[in-house]
Amino acid sequence: MDILVYALYIIAFAMFILGLSGLTAPKSAVRGNKFAAAGMAVAFIATLIHIRDTSSWLLIVAALVVGVIVGIPPARKVKMTAVPQLVALFNGVGGGTVALIAWGEFIQSDGFTGLHIDSGPVLALVFASLFAAIIGSLSFWGSIVAFMKLQQILPGHPLSIGRLQQPLNAILFIGSIVAAVIVGIGSVSTGASPLWFVAILILAGILGVMTGLPIGRADMPVVISLLNALTGLSAAAAGLALNNIAMIVAGMIVGASGTILTNLMAKAMNRSIVSIVAGGFGGGSGGAGAAATGAGDQVAKSTSAAAIKLAYANQVIVVPGYGLAVAQAQHAVKDMAKVLEARGIEVKYAIHPVAGRMPGHMNVLLAEADVEYDAMKEMDDINGEFSRTDVTIVIGANDVTNPAARNDPDSPIFGMPVLNVTESRSVIVLKRSMSAGFAGIENPLFFGANTTMLFGDSKKSVAQVTEELKAP
Amino acid sequence: MDYTNFLANIAILVLSGFIGFAVISKVPNTLHTPLMSGTNAIHGIVVLGALVVLGTADSPGIPLQIISFVAIVFGTVNVIGVFVVTDRTLTMFKTRPTSAATDGKN
Repeated sequence: MDILVYALYIIAFAMFILGLSGLTAPKSAVRGNKFAAAGMAVAFIATLIHIRDTSSWLLIVAALVVGVIVGIPPARKVKMTAVPQLVALFNGVGGGTVALIAWGEFIQSDGFTGLHIDSGPVLALVFASLFAAIIGSLSFWGSIVAFMKLQQILPGHPLSIGRLQQPLNAILFIGSIVAAVIVGIGSVSTGASPLWFVAILILAGILGVMTGLPIGRADMPVVISLLNALTGLSAAAAGLALNNIAMIVAGMIVGASGTILTNLMAKAMNRSIVSIVAGGFGGGSGGAGAAATGAGDQVAKSTSAAAIKLAYANQVIVVPGYGLAVAQAQHAVKDMAKVLEARGIEVKYAIHPVAGRMPGHMNVLLAEADVEYDAMKEMDDINGEFSRTDVTIVIGANDVTNPAARNDPDSPIFGMPVLNVTESRSVIVLKRSMSAGFAGIENPLFFGANTTMLFGDSKKSVAQVTEELKAP
Repeated sequence: MDYTNFLANIAILVLSGFIGFAVISKVPNTLHTPLMSGTNAIHGIVVLGALVVLGTADSPGIPLQIISFVAIVFGTVNVIGVFVVTDRTLTMFKTRPTSAATDGKN
């Protein structure tokens, strides 16, 4: 039977790898995901065969039922704009599982002393379990904070206790390692007190919260990706400790791919992962600008001006940002694009790698509104085109269009690759108010000579422009 | 577990790391969201670990039962929830002719 279990695990992880490779192209992606899910089902069945003699069937089935009941409804009902926080939350519970597995192992083996009955790499296994405990707890609490920030339960701007932050984090980190070492040493003799294990979980958990709080919403895509990678690594460590090959392979693939993804995203912001995690980015200046007063009038006047500009354009580029997601404006944008295309105007979408709150966030939203995959351009492909573009419409994007990143060495985001929207003949910016972006940095684009600002709800503004365009 | 077994596991770990690097390097930016949620679902494999811990314990005590119960619930939420979200996100990337047709499943 054990050979069957092992064989099924091998089939399962082969399916994971195939499924993930499917995600490299939009056409095969749906199938790839289903393939990976089927692989998971195979691995699941294999595990049930493995534990077939257990006395805890009732408890296991009950837990599975509760998990399905709790997990499926939010996944089905969540709005596409809220996907980042849901993914963060789901990632968090995965990390929580790992921490609890390690805790369960600790209890079951009497503080890991049970492992010492066999000869073998016992200390390495204890080390893997402790690693899983620390990273799992950190990932759980970090993800909860990320979720609360994105869900706006906690304020989105960096929350920091100032200079004490780094020393405090260092103390928490060292503290959790010390507790882990005590548990490790205890495993050789009579076993450390369970309180030490709880101390590991608590210290790592506080560390997760403390690292999450100072991170601004603008950095969230990178942080979610990083937490995802960490959960993967901790799953691989738990797999080593449990001698479970499926967990080792799946966890490590996620850990490795997540690390690369995080790195790609950090590079897109011209920042290092370390500086993002250290946090406090742009926290000082805060969004001071007040909402424009009398915006109603101004909008009414400028939507017609904007419509006229658009009507005489040859090429229009839409630059979406988080504001588009908040206003749910993707369908309105698609409607406007349809009207423009009917007039023979070419419409493209310029997607900055870190626009939105999650990598590829904008692509998902636009795809939801049936925007063609080929019309969405990545930054490097489209940056050369702005100079040939008549009108660029910036919808709820801010920092990713900030020209200060290119020409103001004093700007905190100097050096970050941005979309060169200022090169186009004219720019229309749709924005709720004059306030600065989540990074809290002024954007000179808004004061440019050929920039038109449309304040107010971007969904309404876009709809108004579309109406004006339709009018003869 | 003996050293040979452990070292074989380490070898698998290292190779899996390289596979992870190789797979992601081919993914376009536009699919980063589904990729992240896809990998997120795959680390839902931790539910297996929770099952193994509870399932292989002889007469587990109450604390172990509670901890494993929560662990299995968490793991199931992770794996089921994210596969559903990923499927929904990916369905939106479908090319135009089919986009209206396939909504029944969700």
